[in-house]
Amino acid sequence: MEELANLFHGFAVALQPYNVMLMVVGIMLGVIIGVLPGLGGANGVAILLPLTFSMPPTSAIIMLSCIYWGALFGGAITSILFNIPGEPWSVATTFDGYPMAQQGKPGEALTAAFTSSFVGALFAVAMITLVAPLVASFALRFGPAEKFAVYFLAFCSFVGLSKEPPFKTIAAMMIGFALAAVGLDSITGQLRLTFGITELLNGFDFLIAVIGLFGIGEILLTMEDGLSFRGGNAKINLRVVLQTWKELPTYWMTSLRSCLIGCWMGVTPAGATPASFMSYGIAKRLARNGKNFGKGEIEGVIAPETAAHAAGTSALLPMLSLGVPGSPTAAVLLGGLLIWGLQPGPMLFVEQKEFVWGLIASMYLGNLAGLLVVLTCVPIFAAILRVPFSIIAPLILVLCAIGAYSVHNSTFDVMLMLVFGVLGYLLKKCNYPLAPLVLAIVLGDKAEEAFRQSLLGSQGSLGVFFSNGLVSTIMVLGLVALFWSAIQEGYSRLRTAVA
Amino acid sequence: MTAPRSDTAGPSHKAVETGVALLIAAFGIIVIIGSLKAGINWGAEGPRAGFFPFYIGMSIVAASAINLWSALHDHDDRLFAEWGQLRQVMSVVVPTAIYVGSMPFVGLYVASIIFIGWFMRWLGGYRWLPTVAVALGMPIATYLVFERWFLVPLPKGPVEEWLGL
Repeated sequence: MEELANLFHGFAVALQPYNVMLMVVGIMLGVIIGVLPGLGGANGVAILLPLTFSMPPTSAIIMLSCIYWGALFGGAITSILFNIPGEPWSVATTFDGYPMAQQGKPGEALTAAFTSSFVGALFAVAMITLVAPLVASFALRFGPAEKFAVYFLAFCSFVGLSKEPPFKTIAAMMIGFALAAVGLDSITGQLRLTFGITELLNGFDFLIAVIGLFGIGEILLTMEDGLSFRGGNAKINLRVVLQTWKELPTYWMTSLRSCLIGCWMGVTPAGATPASFMSYGIAKRLARNGKNFGKGEIEGVIAPETAAHAAGTSALLPMLSLGVPGSPTAAVLLGGLLIWGLQPGPMLFVEQKEFVWGLIASMYLGNLAGLLVVLTCVPIFAAILRVPFSIIAPLILVLCAIGAYSVHNSTFDVMLMLVFGVLGYLLKKCNYPLAPLVLAIVLGDKAEEAFRQSLLGSQGSLGVFFSNGLVSTIMVLGLVALFWSAIQEGYSRLRTAVA
Repeated sequence: MTAPRSDTAGPSHKAVETGVALLIAAFGIIVIIGSLKAGINWGAEGPRAGFFPFYIGMSIVAASAINLWSALHDHDDRLFAEWGQLRQVMSVVVPTAIYVGSMPFVGLYVASIIFIGWFMRWLGGYRWLPTVAVALGMPIATYLVFERWFLVPLPKGPVEEWLGL
């Protein structure tokens, strides 16, 4: 019951007028970020992070997490109205959302998408409220070996679950680890990998990498198709909303299934994008009118949106309770915690109760505010899309430069951002995943520290990672995740051989 | 990449994929060299600074070798992009590089005004009036939001000094 009291205290924090204002501002900014090409949840939050340096941490995290919710909502608008997914996780929403809009039912599609997003998020937040304190109190007993095992599991799940070729995932991830290692070694205080370049003394900041890889890289990808950008109209009125809401409960089974898929994929760091595809695929197979999927079936909008939002939200569970972010955006939020002087991980629940529960309460309120904002303001957001790309693009590039500069007040970082941008363009075109790269930069130092401390304790024997039941279990889970695609293939071969 | 420079030709996906794999492998070798310099064995305080990055470097080289192998054995004759598309991309990369490179000397504001103006006027083909309005409006809004309200300092050059900002 202590949790309930904490949660109510959290609501009191989140409902302070200043925080409510930040919540609404965050949602608005987030939807705009989600709608615009080249600005997504991760780099949008990264660019705006410097603005929060002077705020109290609780207010800062409320605003930044609301930007994230806004971006999750915003992705659906462009997918449905223009067949342009504003975010990778809303690609699956275009399959049925855009045909619905073409058949003159954009209002229904948007209402279904927003409401499903809300339902998915609510489910995930409820799960976080119940599960996160338990995970955190459990994780308080972790030693360095267990900590390393958790990182190991997180990174192995990337390799096993991502749809990119496994060795490309490994290459991308290892680049991230290498970049994280540059600069001062935190244990020995020795400099490494700097090759005498003074700018590299402090290493690579992952915020610069995020802004470059996701922001600049995305703009360059969009530029391939030139500057033409089609616009359209959107209308949504109360009658359509109410009518759609009346229809939605009949698909409760799809919603529940998508919530579960989303939460699972969000907690393991597979993320919102695979969750939305998986949920769409399963709904298509199981739905009564599955063969109509792709032609404008409302269920085909509900499934991916619910899962994407549930995954995006539950990605914060491991970040809060273990200090391991479940998505690039969660990683940026984790970076924020470090900058505000908070140590992410289980101790947060003990030492920073107000912060944690204020954040969790703001997730409930933020998503409710988000639903209201997007339902009422769709025409405004759609109008933003009619601003031509040749105006939007330079403005976004300037914003990225400002964001990169203000992390450390360094113009070198701005140049680095452009290098990361070109790199991001190349890697993305060649099918290398960017999320593990970013997460490795964030977690590299911590993973290495845990690894070296464990080895120190065991005098260099790797047996320390299998020395007790807990650490062995996590390591074995990691290995299973690492070889998951091979296991799956072997299983299906075995089945065909038997049959 | 000897394809003729027309708008339907371009570098093949295979060539770029090979190049990227080699680039990553080269990066891995740099990491290995750097780690060796820092020391990869055990010292008085346990594993030395180069210990962890050394194995990271090895994994990068190994993973790139496999990626290189599969790129070379891939019978995929798609184009990476058409030359025209790459020209579009370069028309953003080159001015952005100039913009970023000039920032330490002229400051963020002046560089941004010229950059936005150039982009809208030459790539977007806008008239002077909207171009000037956006090119001036955005930096002014930035100044108000960042420096005045949130007290985040941005790089300034001689012009800002002259204006006394």
